Amino acid sequence: MSDTKPISYVRETMLGQQEPPVTERGIVKWLRENLFSSVLNSILTLLALAVVVYIVSSIGPWLLNSIWNADSLRECRAILDGAPGACFAVITDRWHQLLFGFYPPEHYWRPVLALLLLLVALAPILFAELPRKMLYFSGLFPFIGYHLLWGGSVWFPISALLGFVAGYIAFRLLAKVSALVSVIGAVAAALAWWFLLAGPFDAVMYSIAPIGLEFVRSEAFGGFLISLTIGVTGISLSLPLGILLALGRQSDMLFVKTVCVVFIEFIRGVPLITLLFTASLLLNYFLPPGTNFDLILRVIIMVTLFAAAYMAEVIRGGLAALPKGQYEAADALGLDYWKAQRLIIMPQALKISIPGIVNTFISLFKDTTLVVFIGLLDPLGLSNAIRADTAWTGIYWELFIFIGALFFIFCFSMSRYSMYLERKLKTDHR
Amino acid sequence: MSENAVAERNIDTSKMQVSDELAIQINGMNKWYGSFHVLRDINMTVYAGERIVICGPSGSGKSTLIRCINRLEEHQAGQIIVDGTELTGDLKNIDKVRSEVGMVFQHFNLFPHLTILENCTLAPIWVRKVPKREAEETAMHFLEKVKIPEQANKYPGQLSGGQQQRVAIARSLCMKPRIMLFDEPTSALDPEMIKEVLDTMISLAEEGMTMLCVTHEMGFAQAVANRVIFMDQGQIVEQNEPKEFFNNPQSDRTKLFLSQILGH
Repeated sequence: MSDTKPISYVRETMLGQQEPPVTERGIVKWLRENLFSSVLNSILTLLALAVVVYIVSSIGPWLLNSIWNADSLRECRAILDGAPGACFAVITDRWHQLLFGFYPPEHYWRPVLALLLLLVALAPILFAELPRKMLYFSGLFPFIGYHLLWGGSVWFPISALLGFVAGYIAFRLLAKVSALVSVIGAVAAALAWWFLLAGPFDAVMYSIAPIGLEFVRSEAFGGFLISLTIGVTGISLSLPLGILLALGRQSDMLFVKTVCVVFIEFIRGVPLITLLFTASLLLNYFLPPGTNFDLILRVIIMVTLFAAAYMAEVIRGGLAALPKGQYEAADALGLDYWKAQRLIIMPQALKISIPGIVNTFISLFKDTTLVVFIGLLDPLGLSNAIRADTAWTGIYWELFIFIGALFFIFCFSMSRYSMYLERKLKTDHR
Repeated sequence: MSENAVAERNIDTSKMQVSDELAIQINGMNKWYGSFHVLRDINMTVYAGERIVICGPSGSGKSTLIRCINRLEEHQAGQIIVDGTELTGDLKNIDKVRSEVGMVFQHFNLFPHLTILENCTLAPIWVRKVPKREAEETAMHFLEKVKIPEQANKYPGQLSGGQQQRVAIARSLCMKPRIMLFDEPTSALDPEMIKEVLDTMISLAEEGMTMLCVTHEMGFAQAVANRVIFMDQGQIVEQNEPKEFFNNPQSDRTKLFLSQILGH
């Protein structure tokens, strides 16, 4: 025995790579880490599992047993014969009403085509990778969409479009004078065209060439057609209006600032439903007798103003989050106010505000269901109308599940898109 | 440390010449923040080709002074004439002056949503109406000059502080300014990055750029400046050639300030 312990060591064979122990890999590892990491967590996991099983076992049979073909609730119940089961036959029977309201069935292709074209028009706005030329179509879509949905003289949307053209021409002609003059001139030219010349132009052209789709009255609109019409128009108008209001609220010009602050605070202090009632009832007292001011248009205006006030505050938050140095750097490079806003400030402020903006969009879209209170037949209004039919009296869940699912698809897509956009615009590399 | 940053370099003074041409003229200028009198009776004439270092304790108004020169701050009394244009409320004059005067900030203020190249081409394209390709060529030229052409397609967030400040200098240069203002360009930088920024500023001085620089880098002042201005309590207390200023300060305030910043 030596008095020192042996420390010399030489490895004879090299070890190959080995698998980690069973409890440390694959599904077992995942379960251990995520579901059973401690006694308390294990108990909670089992409890949650019990709740899930309970819910599924209660709803599952009801869903699996669904009746899809029947002419009335009574027939559904007869088929089910006491067993639990959903009666989705109401959807099979009335889906067209939930989607289109009382829009004439022979013209269903028009809203469908409008929706498809809407997707085409949205694509280049949502995805910057697509060719920029597609934006021209996006610009024309409001006029095409209007004509497809309402129809009437094709010259009406064309003359409306010409108003913008008149404004643009005035803007280009006056651009050399000064920025302010050209903007005022553009607005004046557009307004002059719309109020003075558009009417006669429309009438004359229609008498020469009476083309156009058959006119559909706003009263015939209903279901998701009305939700989407109000929602999409409101969303696309409220963002630019909200930006202007947010900038106005930060303006040094006292008058502009006061108008914006009063507007924003007034709208935010009043419930939407009040504004909608104002739109549907009170405006009639103020407008000259005999004025026929389309109810859907009034609702769109109110919903847009409402969302714009919230939008303005969301964007103001984004503006406030920008360091003062960004404004100073833009100023120091000689950029004027609008260029600085457009190129430096807004791209960053809007990026910061994306979650809030999309939040406002989503709540605007869901708020379109409130129009049921002023007599427009949105999907919820139609569900009442469908129940009023003796064949479907007493059916609630199936209709609401269908309506809820459709709303969910739209809102969830908006939410996912906003997350995609946030990831794409992330350049701070934190 | 500040002396070391510029000591290793031989400075080519051949083009560093002060001409008779007026660059900036400030007459009896006063400025208040509310009722606080920040700048008091500032009189100053800067000729083209001058390299002026403005120093002074914090709160002395030195940053405010150079920020008045491109109207990031408004003055309430007196006259500021930059390159023949008087700064008044007239927005056209202000934008004209701003496009002639480059400014570099303490915190760089690069635009984080744009790449380095886009940061440099934005103002030439939108203010000077230079065609995009030409603006990009100019930008690459100046990025090479500040020695970071390889970063052109990265975003500011991916660069170190020193690199960002050099980009900020290049961004200003892309507007082909006649005067450059530096507002404490190295104060927010880690010590090892100060040198690369000072080097860039020195080479700019070597090319004869008119420069006003608020800084605490006294080594830079001694090596490059033709004039040092000392400010305290919103007024110009002393100005002199660097050698005289550092070796033979006249006012007690200057002596105190110099002993504080050079004493350790």
